[in-house]
Amino acid sequence: MFLKEYFGSIYRSARSLLKGMKLTGYYFTHPKEIQTEEYPDNRATLTMFDRFKGEVTMPHNENNEHRCTGCQACEIACPNGTIKIITKQELQPDGKKKKAIDTFVYHLELCTMCNMCVLACPSDAIVMGQSFEHSVYDKRQLKKVLNQPGSKIMEGVE
Amino acid sequence: MSLLGEDIVTEDGEFVINIGPQHPSTHGVLHLKVWLDGETIKRIQPHLGYIHRSIEKMSESLSYRNFIYATSRMDYLSAHINNQACALCVEKGLQVEVPERAKAIRILMAELTRLSSHQLWWGCTGLDLGAVTPFFYAFRERESIMAIMEETCGARLTQNYCVPGGVMYDIHPNFRNRVKDTLKQIRSKFNEYEEILTGNVIFEQRTKGVGYISAEDAISFGCTGPTARGSGVSCDVRKLFPYDGYEKLQFKEILEQGGDCYARYMVRMAEMKQSVFIIEQLIDNIPEGEFQAKTKMVLKLPKGEFYQRVETARGELGVYIVSDGAASPYRIKYRSPNFSNLSALERMATGTKIGDLVAIMSTIDLVIPDVDR
Repeated sequence: MFLKEYFGSIYRSARSLLKGMKLTGYYFTHPKEIQTEEYPDNRATLTMFDRFKGEVTMPHNENNEHRCTGCQACEIACPNGTIKIITKQELQPDGKKKKAIDTFVYHLELCTMCNMCVLACPSDAIVMGQSFEHSVYDKRQLKKVLNQPGSKIMEGVE
Repeated sequence: MSLLGEDIVTEDGEFVINIGPQHPSTHGVLHLKVWLDGETIKRIQPHLGYIHRSIEKMSESLSYRNFIYATSRMDYLSAHINNQACALCVEKGLQVEVPERAKAIRILMAELTRLSSHQLWWGCTGLDLGAVTPFFYAFRERESIMAIMEETCGARLTQNYCVPGGVMYDIHPNFRNRVKDTLKQIRSKFNEYEEILTGNVIFEQRTKGVGYISAEDAISFGCTGPTARGSGVSCDVRKLFPYDGYEKLQFKEILEQGGDCYARYMVRMAEMKQSVFIIEQLIDNIPEGEFQAKTKMVLKLPKGEFYQRVETARGELGVYIVSDGAASPYRIKYRSPNFSNLSALERMATGTKIGDLVAIMSTIDLVIPDVDR
């Protein structure tokens, strides 16, 4: 009776191990079931989802115009102090002065991609970009100015 | 009592070793000081604070809209559920009625998060106990859930998708099909999970009867989640204190009476199936309507105290907000499940062998950033 139990347990143990081995064997012989993406090699074809939050960007149109009025709503909404907006007084053609952005400083190293600034923006001036390869050797390179040099505010954006 | 200045061998002949803070089986920067008699564990003392980021104090200077993002960094494997807890607590203070559609989306996302968290736990448990293959199988299915999260929420782990009043934006048009494909894939793989690990003789011998904790002890240590349910303690917040419309859904609270590592393992395995069951009920019945209630630009909670509990993948998370009527909270306290579960580790592991400590730790399913916050 003892021997029967002893050999029975050996049989059951070996069977449970072989059952697992069978599964790994199946995937070993069926390479088509592999689902990994070979990342650095598939860079050319890799597309991120359109909602992916990679970094904050400010789209400019073909005339080098953006939609930012310098209202600083994003700066207030940001929980980490990622955005700093420096404004200036710009002379309008009719002689009046108007507030406009001088530099839109974005600290990527502080950003947590929480999307609060994009939601806060009343004029849809900033959107989340899909770029995700942010590694640099020097952290000063992560401080970005989002408005392009010489850019102006788009007509009709208040 | 200093940490390193002490003698390695105590007066009673006990040997003191440090496990962690850099150890592959501690899943993060957990430092355990273990007193050993031969191979038998006499005493365990967890040393915390290696990853303390002061999230509670930080939140006091942020507005009610902004403090939610930081909770994704607590229990990062159930980030969405943490965000949901905070959003629910703020809504309780504001007395905002959340639209039905937002509630359904929140539950769907929460159950997907739970599923992905349990899958990662399943893989890591296998890895801790010496089986490397389950890790890759678990990550295969988890990846499809991560793709759902990325498509709809915009991020894989730290989604920040819940806002007070609903969710940040509507679900992606592709969401339904992607979830259905994922569920189909996951359901077909449950058998594989059972075959490769559950029935395995080495796994059974390393978990059955190891790390026993009684129901009374589990209650007195404040264990929640699968850790307590493995000892037969009924503590599912989704059943006992339903939130966001869990009361309308059919699902079972999984209870096991064993109290050992194997029981906790079986609870989580069965919970994965229940999560799939919940998602199946909801995915074709997402109500139409708004995904976010109208809220003011600056949220101000009335003077008072607000508490909301939710069931994360690891247990009960409580959010306690004290408001003095200003635009940012006066005090925030998180009752995190991992901290209480970690306190029961000494009771579970005392008297077992040092090799079993790894098995016990992996079935408590600790996430250390949630312990320290």
